[in-house]
Amino acid sequence: MESKMNRPAQGFDVRRSTRASQVAMFGLLLAAVVIASAPYWAGRDALRDFTQLASYLIFAMMWNLLAGYGGMVSIGQQAFFGIGGYAMLVLSNYCGVSPFLAVPLAAGIAMLVAVPVSRLAFRLDGGYFAVGTWVIAEVFRLGVANVSALGGGSGTSLTALRGIPRATRESMTLWLALAAVVGGMAVLYWFLRSRPGLALTAMRDNAQAAGSQGVDVRRARLAVYLVAAGGTAFAGALYFLGNLRISPDAAFSVNWTAFGIFIVLIGGLGTLEGPIIGALVFFVLNKFLSDYGTWYLIGLGTVAIGVALIFPEGIWGYVSRRFGLQLFPVGRRLVWTAPGPAVPPRHLPPAREAATPQ
Amino acid sequence: MNTLVNILLQGVLLGALYALFAMGQSLVFGVMRLTNIAHGDFIVLLVFLLFALTGIAHLPLAVALLLLVVIAFAAGYGVQYFLLNRVSSRDPLPSLMVTFGLSIVIQNVLQELFSADPRAIATGGFEALSVALPGGITVGYLPLLTLLATIGLTFGLQWLFGRTALGRAFRATSDDREIVQLMGVSHRRTYALAMAIAFVLIAVAAALYGMRTAVAPADGPALLLYAFEAVIIGGMGSFWGTFLGGMALGVAQQAGFYFDPGWGIWLGHVMFLAVLVVRPQGFLPKTA
Repeated sequence: MESKMNRPAQGFDVRRSTRASQVAMFGLLLAAVVIASAPYWAGRDALRDFTQLASYLIFAMMWNLLAGYGGMVSIGQQAFFGIGGYAMLVLSNYCGVSPFLAVPLAAGIAMLVAVPVSRLAFRLDGGYFAVGTWVIAEVFRLGVANVSALGGGSGTSLTALRGIPRATRESMTLWLALAAVVGGMAVLYWFLRSRPGLALTAMRDNAQAAGSQGVDVRRARLAVYLVAAGGTAFAGALYFLGNLRISPDAAFSVNWTAFGIFIVLIGGLGTLEGPIIGALVFFVLNKFLSDYGTWYLIGLGTVAIGVALIFPEGIWGYVSRRFGLQLFPVGRRLVWTAPGPAVPPRHLPPAREAATPQ
Repeated sequence: MNTLVNILLQGVLLGALYALFAMGQSLVFGVMRLTNIAHGDFIVLLVFLLFALTGIAHLPLAVALLLLVVIAFAAGYGVQYFLLNRVSSRDPLPSLMVTFGLSIVIQNVLQELFSADPRAIATGGFEALSVALPGGITVGYLPLLTLLATIGLTFGLQWLFGRTALGRAFRATSDDREIVQLMGVSHRRTYALAMAIAFVLIAVAAALYGMRTAVAPADGPALLLYAFEAVIIGGMGSFWGTFLGGMALGVAQQAGFYFDPGWGIWLGHVMFLAVLVVRPQGFLPKTA
């Protein structure tokens, strides 16, 4: 029996982008072009700053991918950060590979290492998974610190870039960092808008429900873990490419995860624009306040506690939900172009009663 | 042969300390499923509090210890009731973030107040006394005292959980925090009480640890990892399991130290990972 209530709705549109997202996309592209030209007009400090910011940002993006979309909170991602850095160093210093090529190769090596590591780490769950990954990171740190060929506890320097003029080295590092950030964001954005990405977003919201809909949660988690390991290693290799000196305590320090968590706390977990905003805020804070040493860290820690208690979805997450702003929309939204089904349109034929046997 | 016995003996004594670190965490995780990243930092905080009571306020050691236990009980209750109760839910992320932030704050506040130098609790020479056993093996009085304290506390905790009304309340709240309110048990107060008792355990551990070694503000995270490993190796939900886990960790570390000082802690971590591969539920698991 056809009635006005169960007619299919008409006059709507399914859209992906919002006005805000179009503006943001344009703005980010503009920023990327400006940064790409930076070696021609910016000072050395600015170039170093951007490479550092890129490292923090990629680390946070990967942590966000792991925790926000994969549902795995890890305090041990610094293991892959350090592996990336040391792999890049070994490839450059001892294997004669160009350091700029060694960075993506190091990411690949870290992904290979992540396969057996995941077998270990996935035996734990929840909070204990978090601390277990930290133990694994400590195993790497202590192991590397005992290898004198890598400089032992005091570390070693990247000597493979010795012959290259400084300006070239710094520009190449900057462009590599920019390519990594832009490429990483583009890949993630494209991926999350695709079908496998939909599965990941479903896992983020409720892993059990996603599993009931046919998402292979275990395999998806493994894939996320491997990608996060590779990305984090890329960030590590990039950082130490810019830093020129590596040591176990710097490479495997839990502070990397602490900063990553802070960035994601500000920016919000499970969104793409969250880490970007968080990294910018964190970097500005770092630049101006890190001279205060312990007080700066106390402030960071207190803010982290406050944000975790009051804004569990991050400051940007709260803003985004409150004002409906989405800079990297990965979902679809319904936009009504006609008044909607509640208003009866005048041109439909009158409903006919279907003959029903009594 | 003697070296083997020595390694085992020293490992057991070291393991007793680790088991003591782990008792508080075992209790907290058993009742509240809360992973407290700041656990090691709380131990260090109480060491420095004891140091302040004895070294700066010049109280006699016995008085300071008593005061420490009382302050620890109150502090644990307060921290859980006012701060951590808000994040003690099924989702581990908020509790991890909050306790991680707490860890950073505690470490840096201590560094600001006491500087980064390691401090020890003065015991008037007690920490250096030892008894000589046949075969050239010496055993310190303080490590023996630690072992006795750990065994005693494990018995105590097992009795508390198994035979008292409070223990029943703990176990019931751990099973289902909604239903337990029907029985007139406030899960918020039960959690706070559990954390308070855990803090008392931390206070005992801190006292014995601070007398034995000099402690620096940044030492917290390492202690957290030892406590956590002891709990996992022993199996979650069992205090005797945690005791055994601590022993295993201590022996593994001592064996590593014997081969090379740089590999001691590493071997402990590797042993933990090996247990994770071979028997992920631990030696004596009671809860899932």
